[in-house]
Amino acid sequence: MPENKADIITQLRKDILPLQRFKKNRGNTIGEPLPPAITNAFPNAEFPFGAIHEFIAAGAEDAAASSGFITGILASLMDSGGVTIWISSYRTPFPPALATFGLAPDKIIFIDLKKEKEILWAMEEALKCKGLAAVVGEITELSFTASRRLQLAVEESKVTGFIIRRNPRAINITACVARWKITSLPSEPADNLPGVGFPRWNAELLKIRNGKPGKWEIEFATGHFRHISKMTILQQEQQKKTG
Amino acid sequence: MSKRFVSIWFRYLRTDWHSRRQPHLRELPFVLASPDHGRMVISAANSNAQTQGADIGMAVADARAIIPSLEVLDDDAELSARLLKGIAEWCIRFTPAVGIDLPDGLLLDVSGCTHLWGGELQYLTSISKRIKSFGYNMYIAMADTIGTARAVARFRKNITIVDSGKQTAAMLSLPPSALRIESEIIERLQKLGLRQVSNFINMPRSALRRRFGSSLLLRLDQALGYEEEAIEPVHPVEAYQERLPCLEPIVTAKGIEIALQRLLETLCHRLQHEQKGLRKASFKGYRIDGKIEQIDIGTNRPSNNSIHLFKLFEIKTDTIEPALGIELFTLEASKVEEVVPLQEKIWGNTGGLDDIGLYELLDRIEGKIGANKIHRYIPDEHYWPERSFKPAASINEKLSTAWKVDKPRPLQLLSRPLAIEVTAPIPDYPPMLFRYEGMLHKIIKADGPERIEQEWWLQDGQHRDYYVAEDEDGNRYWLFRSGHYDIAKSYQWFIHGFFA
Repeated sequence: MPENKADIITQLRKDILPLQRFKKNRGNTIGEPLPPAITNAFPNAEFPFGAIHEFIAAGAEDAAASSGFITGILASLMDSGGVTIWISSYRTPFPPALATFGLAPDKIIFIDLKKEKEILWAMEEALKCKGLAAVVGEITELSFTASRRLQLAVEESKVTGFIIRRNPRAINITACVARWKITSLPSEPADNLPGVGFPRWNAELLKIRNGKPGKWEIEFATGHFRHISKMTILQQEQQKKTG
Repeated sequence: MSKRFVSIWFRYLRTDWHSRRQPHLRELPFVLASPDHGRMVISAANSNAQTQGADIGMAVADARAIIPSLEVLDDDAELSARLLKGIAEWCIRFTPAVGIDLPDGLLLDVSGCTHLWGGELQYLTSISKRIKSFGYNMYIAMADTIGTARAVARFRKNITIVDSGKQTAAMLSLPPSALRIESEIIERLQKLGLRQVSNFINMPRSALRRRFGSSLLLRLDQALGYEEEAIEPVHPVEAYQERLPCLEPIVTAKGIEIALQRLLETLCHRLQHEQKGLRKASFKGYRIDGKIEQIDIGTNRPSNNSIHLFKLFEIKTDTIEPALGIELFTLEASKVEEVVPLQEKIWGNTGGLDDIGLYELLDRIEGKIGANKIHRYIPDEHYWPERSFKPAASINEKLSTAWKVDKPRPLQLLSRPLAIEVTAPIPDYPPMLFRYEGMLHKIIKADGPERIEQEWWLQDGQHRDYYVAEDEDGNRYWLFRSGHYDIAKSYQWFIHGFFA
C-alpha cells in the first residue's frame, strides 16, 4: 500500500510542524504576499509570518534590493493598519519611495542607532510588542544566541521580523526561520520599450526550516510580486529574436 | 464652590517673638529699633510701649524722654519674613495652601477645609487659640475674597466671619487704608473727606480712575470679588506625590526596586481612580548624608500602568548611588494629563499608531537611548528630494498632503549626493559609464531626465537632471547632473540613491 504510506507520512509531517513551534498564522487575515511558486516552498504552503527572516546583502545595491523585497511583503502585512519599526545603523530608506510599494510610510517608525548592541536590544524589545505588524533591522553580525533571543521573542508575540545583514563577515548558523539572498536582475520593460522596467530580483531562499530552499526570479509590478518562470523568459527571448 | 479665605494679622509679630524668648519683657514697655539717617528709629513696639506713647517711626531718644524705663533691642530686618514662614509652615495642618502676606500677616485658602473642624467659627477659634497659646497677638477674619478678609482682620474685632457674598456690606464702613493702596492715595482720599469706603464706592469708575489711578479700582474689585486673586502658597501643592519613609536606610538595589514598586502602585491606583495618567515623573531618594538621588522618566502619552512605568524607571535605577543608605523615597508626577480610554478590540490587536503597546515600547527605547533617535516621517510639499519629507511633530500627527508616487524614487537615498566620474554623450543623454567607489558600471538601460529645479526661495544653486540607470548586473541607480551641460562652466555628475 504505497499510497497509504505516503498519506501517513504527509499527515505525520503536518502533525510534527506544530510540535516544532510552527503555529498557524494569526487568523489568516493577511493575504499571501508572494507568488504561489515560492509559497509552496514554505511549510504548510504559507508564508511564515511571526518568524525571523534573515537577508544576506553583499553591498549597497543588494541591501536596496533586499529592502525592496521586504517592503513588498510589508505592504501586505501593514494592510490592516499595523505599524512597522525600522531600526537601522546608517542609512535609512527614503520614505517617499516606500509609498510606491503600496504601504504608508507614515506608519513606519524609524529608529537610528549606532551600536549593534543597541540595535539588538531595540529589536528584541520591539519584537516583544504585540501591537506591531513587523520589525525590520539592519545589522551586520548576528550571533546564534542573539538570533535565538529574537526568534523566541517572535514566537511569543507573532510579530514578523526581518534582518538585513550587510556584508557579514561570516554567514554563521542562526536560529532564524528563513535566510534569503536577494540580488537585482536586469529589468525587462514590457513590449521591448526603451528605459528601465519594473524592479526584478533573483530571490534565493538559502535556508528554510521545514521547507524546501529554492531560487526564483520575481518582479514587483502593480503592487504584486510576479514569478517569472523559465517559460516566460524563453518567450521573451523569442520575441526579441523575432523582433 | 465659592472660595473662602482667612487672613491672620499679627499686630505685634516681632515684639511678641522677643517676649516669647525673654518672658520678663512681657510686662515691660520695649521697642525694637534700627538705624535710619544716623539715629535710632523705632520699627516695632509692644502693646505696653504703645499705650504709653512710644509709637513706630519715633526716634528712640524721643521715646526715652516719654518712658524712661524703655527697653530698646536691635531689630533684624529679615525677622518678620523668617517668622511668618515658620508660622505658615506650621499652619499647613489647617489647609495645604498657606501664603505669606508681608510684613505681618498670613493668608490661608480654606475652601473646603472648615467642615473638618465642625464649622467656620470653630475653625477660626481653633487656629486663634493655638497661635495665641504660643504668645502671639493675632486678629483673624474669614471672607470670600482675600481683600475683604485682610481688611476685616485689621479693622474689626478679634475673630470675624464675613458671610459668603456679604463682602460689600462688610467693606462699606471701613476706612480706605483697609484696601491695600499706596499711602499717597490714602492721603488724597482723606484730604477730599472720603474717610470710608462707602463714600466713594458708588462714584463713577472713570472719575475714580482719573483721580486715583487704576490701582484703587483693582483693589476695590479684588475685595468685592469682581476680580480673581490667588495666594502664593509657601509650599506649592504637589498634587501627585507619594512618600515612603524607611525604618532602616536602604542600600540594596532590590530594596530600591521594592520602594519604587510600592510608590508606583499607590500613585497609579490614585491616578486610575481619577482617570488620569502621568507624562513626567521623578523618583527621588533622600540619602542619609543629605544628598538627593533622582531619576526622571517621560512618556509619550499619559500612562497609569504601574508595570510599564516600573520598566521605564528600571532602565535607570542602576544610576542611583545609595552610599550609606536612603531613608526617604518620594515619587512625584510633575505632569499629569487626562487619559482617554481606548476601545479595546477582541480581534486584530494591531492598533496602528494609537496602540498602547507601541507607546510603551517607544517610551522604553526613549528612556534608554534618547528621543532624538526615533523618527516618523510625513510628506512635505517640496519637489526637492531631500525636502520631500519631514519628521512628524508627534507620533499621531495627521498627514497634510498625500505621498507622491507618480515619479520613480529610489528606496535608499544617500543623505548627501556623492560625486561620480561619468562618460556621457552630450548634451542631454544619460551616462554610458560611471565609476562609483572604484567600480566601473556600464549602463545598459536608463530613464530620464527628470528635471528638479532648485527652490530659489529656500536655497541658491543649480537644478538637477535625474536619470534612472540600470547597469549590466541589473543594479539600478539614481544619478543626476547638476546644472546644464556647458563647456565653459563646470558641471558635475552625482549618484543620489539606489533603487530596489
